[in-house]
Amino acid sequence: MLQKIHQEWFANIPKDLLAGSVVALALIPEAIAFSIIAGVDPAVGLYASFAIAVIVAFTGGRPGMISAATGAMALLMVTLVKEHGLEYLLAATLLTGVIQIVAGVLKLGELMRFVSRSVVTGFVNALAILIFMAQLPELTDVSWHVYAMTAAGLAIIYLFPYLPVVGRNLPSPLVCIVVLTAVAMIFEIDIRTVGDMGELPDTLPVLLWPQVPLNLETLLIILPYSVALAVVGLLESLMTANIVDDLTDTRSDRNRECRGQGIANIGAGLLGGMAGCAMIGQSIINVKSGGRGRLSTLAAGVFLIILVVFLDQWISQIPMAALVAVMIMVAIGTFSWSSLRDLKKHPMSTNIVMLATVVVVVATHNLAIGVFVGVLLAALFFANKVGQHMAITSRKEAATATRTYTVIGQVFFTSAEKFIAAFDFKEVLERVVIDLSQAHFWDITAVGSLDKVVIKFRREGVEVELIGLNAASRTIVDKQAIHDKPEQIEKFMAGH
Amino acid sequence: MSKIIACIDGSRAATDVCAASAWAQRRLDAPVELLHLLEKTDYPTEGDMSGSIGLGTHEQLLQQLAELDGQRSRLMLEQGRLMLAEARRQLEEAGVASEQISELQRHDFLVDTLLEFEPEIRLLVMGRHGEAHASDSKAVGSHLENVTRTLHKPILVAVEGFRPPERFMLAYDGSVTANRALKTVAQSPLLKGIPCHLVMAGKRLERQREQLANAKTMLAGVGFEVTTAELEQEEVRTTLLEYVAAQQIDLLVMGAWGHSRIRQFLLGSMTHWMLQHSEVPLLLLR
Repeated sequence: MLQKIHQEWFANIPKDLLAGSVVALALIPEAIAFSIIAGVDPAVGLYASFAIAVIVAFTGGRPGMISAATGAMALLMVTLVKEHGLEYLLAATLLTGVIQIVAGVLKLGELMRFVSRSVVTGFVNALAILIFMAQLPELTDVSWHVYAMTAAGLAIIYLFPYLPVVGRNLPSPLVCIVVLTAVAMIFEIDIRTVGDMGELPDTLPVLLWPQVPLNLETLLIILPYSVALAVVGLLESLMTANIVDDLTDTRSDRNRECRGQGIANIGAGLLGGMAGCAMIGQSIINVKSGGRGRLSTLAAGVFLIILVVFLDQWISQIPMAALVAVMIMVAIGTFSWSSLRDLKKHPMSTNIVMLATVVVVVATHNLAIGVFVGVLLAALFFANKVGQHMAITSRKEAATATRTYTVIGQVFFTSAEKFIAAFDFKEVLERVVIDLSQAHFWDITAVGSLDKVVIKFRREGVEVELIGLNAASRTIVDKQAIHDKPEQIEKFMAGH
Repeated sequence: MSKIIACIDGSRAATDVCAASAWAQRRLDAPVELLHLLEKTDYPTEGDMSGSIGLGTHEQLLQQLAELDGQRSRLMLEQGRLMLAEARRQLEEAGVASEQISELQRHDFLVDTLLEFEPEIRLLVMGRHGEAHASDSKAVGSHLENVTRTLHKPILVAVEGFRPPERFMLAYDGSVTANRALKTVAQSPLLKGIPCHLVMAGKRLERQREQLANAKTMLAGVGFEVTTAELEQEEVRTTLLEYVAAQQIDLLVMGAWGHSRIRQFLLGSMTHWMLQHSEVPLLLLR
């Protein structure tokens, strides 16, 4: 226990602190940008990022992962803020936290195993596209200064790391923001700045209960939003946890992450912040900078609030173009470029699942719906593939006018039609033997189709004998624990 | 099947662990398993503070980190093989039949591995401190304390210059832990025939005199040559160690972690102190 605490918190202090500060600097523009997406003051996103990062450092299930206000969540809140205002958003944030805690307690994190790799890739790509698209309003109907600034910002972000010594020791997004702010202030360029977008925090957050009437009507307003927020938040967090697991070759506690994020969101709601979740881009930055422990997440949150509270005058001077450049970097870094390369290599069904997830998300701006569609498609493709694993052969004994059909493979809803079609009812026979000892009947559709076959033969006046039916239909029983032992599986797959 | 597990690492203690294991092997007639663990250091050697992510950063980073870990693992694996070979040589030299020795290398943390193998462990042999404390001979390895706290098996802690014990001391205070230790000593062939000093230290010992006498009878009954001693002293720990030095005791046997965590926090732990200060090997029984 003590060793675990040491391992997760104090085993990597200098690197965690440094990485945390790099992440904090990148979190500020993101929190502001996501607040703008959601249609609230930048203070809401900044307080949320602070509260979530600090609380998740203690409660989360994945050390080294960065959680804060995110784009995926901000996109879900837009209409709620527009129609009902900030107080309802805070209430929805609290409810989101509660739902996530319940999900954690019910161990719903395990459900992630139904989300296939192509759905994850689709989610990540869709998220990157949404973050990029959210920057477009800042780039339309503006003077050439904004384009020049954004281009210069991107150039700084991607070229600065190549400079010797300083390149690897100074976060280039920070350099981009500082340089562009300085240029805008010195030349007094008249472009939109962060200060124009709304109120910035100048104090530490205080505990507040959302000012909403506590009645059924409020609940019905916020519940759909909270459910979507909770689902998307958990999905993105668990996916990010997988990425961090891979990068650091360690494992995370998914259910603890669900509960931890719920607690963090309740904290954020009470401190006047919007709901958030884990961030793929920031977590990669953290790992890249050497952050591994919980301390890195805590440091990110604490540095963020210190910077924001003391530097609020300066932050309000940051041109939006600089933020746009940073966010384009985040979008590019989040996008899974290898998935484009792999499109040729992967089977068509996988590509369709990935692309469908992306298209649905971009169309609905709701990652939850996209993932749902993706999972559904993946399941259908899988069922179709497995359904092809069925073959029926037959052999006739002319002397007794008997035909023996031998069924091998998986019979269930997708292969039931094929199953029926394989029998020849027009043949004149005395007797039919159906050997099912190498078949598996997975559902009642399969049983139903067998009944159909038997009845059809009987109508033709044929005597039907079934072999191995009991063994074949054992799989219908939903008791899953029966087939998880190697000798059981072997016996079962070998054809009983 | 139960076996003696000897924890081998790159520290100087490895030689003593081998000597102690060879001795225990002869006494218990159980096979010895030499255990070397490749503990993963989760922490990167370098970090890139540029804070920018671009095309395929995720994939590149994964490859880069895997490559670094791979290099480190290969080196450590090779080093570990050499250590295990050397340990086997030392055991064979000390007269252990080679079919009684086996090696095990794993990528895991020590405590986790030992917990997994706990049912098979008869005796665990460890050095006092690991590779990290090469210079400071008084430091207790962080592993040792964790292992002794988690594992409910006898642990022999080898110190510098292990030699087969000629007389051992059983620190006895009449507590549940001490009685359990007493019983283990009486039943195990490990210390059979070695003269035993049954020692009680502290204040107001007369109340426990009867227990001490019972303990002596019990040990004598299974063939031990027992000397008892009552040390009326305020300071239990130093008194015990002084007795060890005066009587030329070369193995200290004690029940470990008998008191609650709270008491240990307030008064300091006897076990921890002994691990730190003892000049002779310790046998911790739980």
